[in-house]
Amino acid sequence: MKSITENPVYKFLLFPIGQILIFALGASVVLSLVTVLLAFIFKFNVTDFDLVERTMLILPQVVINGVTIGFVYATIALGYTMVYGVLEFINFSHSEIFMVGGIVGIQLMAYFEHIGTLATMNEYLVIALAIILAMVVSGSLAVVVERLAYKPLRGAPKLVPLISAIGMSFFLQDIVRLILSLTTGEFNVILPKFGTFDEFWKLAVPGMEDPLRIQIKSAIMVGVAVLMLVGLNYLVNGTKVGKAIRAVAQDRPSASLMGINVNQIISITFLVGGTLGGAAGVLFALKATKLDPFSGFFPGLKAFTSAVLGGIGNLTGALLGGLVLGLLESFAASYLGIFTNGAFGAEYKDIFAFAILILVLIFRPSGLLGQTVGQKA
Amino acid sequence: MTLLNTTNVVKRFGGLVAVNKMTFSVDEGRIVSIIGPNGAGKTTFFNSLTGIYKPEEGQITFKGQSLIGLRPDQVAATGIARTFQNIRLFGSMTVIENILVGMHIQLKQGGLDTIFRTRKFNQEENDAEQRAKDLMEYVGLKNVGNELARNLPYGGQRRIEIARALAANPTLLLLDEPTAGMNPNESEDAIKLFRRIRDDKGITILMIEHDMRVVMGISEHISVMDYGEKIAEGSPAEIRSNQRVIEAYLGRGAAVAHEQKA
Repeated sequence: MKSITENPVYKFLLFPIGQILIFALGASVVLSLVTVLLAFIFKFNVTDFDLVERTMLILPQVVINGVTIGFVYATIALGYTMVYGVLEFINFSHSEIFMVGGIVGIQLMAYFEHIGTLATMNEYLVIALAIILAMVVSGSLAVVVERLAYKPLRGAPKLVPLISAIGMSFFLQDIVRLILSLTTGEFNVILPKFGTFDEFWKLAVPGMEDPLRIQIKSAIMVGVAVLMLVGLNYLVNGTKVGKAIRAVAQDRPSASLMGINVNQIISITFLVGGTLGGAAGVLFALKATKLDPFSGFFPGLKAFTSAVLGGIGNLTGALLGGLVLGLLESFAASYLGIFTNGAFGAEYKDIFAFAILILVLIFRPSGLLGQTVGQKA
Repeated sequence: MTLLNTTNVVKRFGGLVAVNKMTFSVDEGRIVSIIGPNGAGKTTFFNSLTGIYKPEEGQITFKGQSLIGLRPDQVAATGIARTFQNIRLFGSMTVIENILVGMHIQLKQGGLDTIFRTRKFNQEENDAEQRAKDLMEYVGLKNVGNELARNLPYGGQRRIEIARALAANPTLLLLDEPTAGMNPNESEDAIKLFRRIRDDKGITILMIEHDMRVVMGISEHISVMDYGEKIAEGSPAEIRSNQRVIEAYLGRGAAVAHEQKA
């Protein structure tokens, strides 16, 4: 007789989705409450309009934006955290793996536009193809990078592969720039216009004057990201490969003595991380609509911050960290200007992200959820 | 029949010769021990057998196949499983998961089967889980399958290590100080368990052990190492009275005194 917690549908579908929902809702509610509280405090600062009313008015939209970008950060952050869990080093070239995914995705759409089929193709199919191609390219690239730049350095002091990763990051940026300048002569890769993604779903919410507006591409971003997260959860917790990944993360020599091919598992880890990064790249491109060889840097750094925020090495932590960071950033972008009467603007949102990183490192170095995957037995 | 055979195995760390010209063999179905003072090179020898260290010289053959140059996972695949001197479980995995990791080599799990959780996949998974539970019971653990391995008491963790090693269906089981830190009662249970493993499953056991009660009580053949070399081998009775062994353990002076007393 198996209990409900061992039922695969519960374990690999309901539980992770529930967890994601709770994290998204929980982080949204907490941050909203804090913001509304702040609005009451700053109320008397602002005289030309009612601050609380203004705050409430844009709140739902701010939450939606934050959750959307939060899922993208979470998807990228998983790549950092998985590699950290297994190898205990920060793969700084992951931001470029992500960027390559985004550019490959856009290029595929541009290719469809070039041959003239983009307008007639099913828009969701185009996105699905772009994501799949980006996943394949980014995943393989991550494996190749590991083989070339990290594997020869295994066993070296920890700083050495880290420097190699930073070098790889610059190398990839410039390689992409070289390829783009040789082929198109243009560093900026622009998402072709097609489909109806920029339109909004309008949800009428009782008690609110304006309907809630959800951009279709936001919904796609969240949907794809959730799919990735559930898939990853299944891979890590439900399969033999996942058990092997966790075993290698905890104790590499004993894992190899259990018959686990450690090199193969490390490659798989990079493959999975790169695949997630590639998918996230396309999702990010949908939102940003324009990428260049350097646009991986900031999202990558923020995803890294998310991973640290949640507890690096911890997969659940990366999810929570990504959501919290995305929301924080969205709140900062929207409310800094209003609350400070224009003294600060949305451009200061990045300061927020990195101030969080510093605060976490000072007060809770192990992150919100501590560290479980990378823990040594 | 000889199961494991090593000829002139040498392992150096810089100028230190940790294992020196170790020639050694284990017959199938026996319980064999390696003893020796601390730092004699016993664990290094184990690590050379299992592919963690690459010996500089010498031959190692298992079931007639050379193990030289194989990675630890490839050695494991030939049918050698081991436990560790310091327990090395996957602490933040459950007991069942630890044992399932031990079955890594045997589980097939095709890609598509895994994605769609086909009947074949479920069948294999249920079988594996059942076998893991049987193994838990075999080593004397009950109702702890879903506990994190690190939350079990010391003796329990030792048992999981053995169950995890057995999960790989080995032909040869290497035990590195399996009763270290156990009280006499626990050691007694452990001896019974090792005998059972050999008798029921026909698994050959090679162990490193310090506890002389255990060594003399269970071994059918003993090899003694000192300073990386094999200084003696034979039956427990022969080893007990071997001059060089007494010297190695007690020092020359004590050995002379021992002789005079005798």
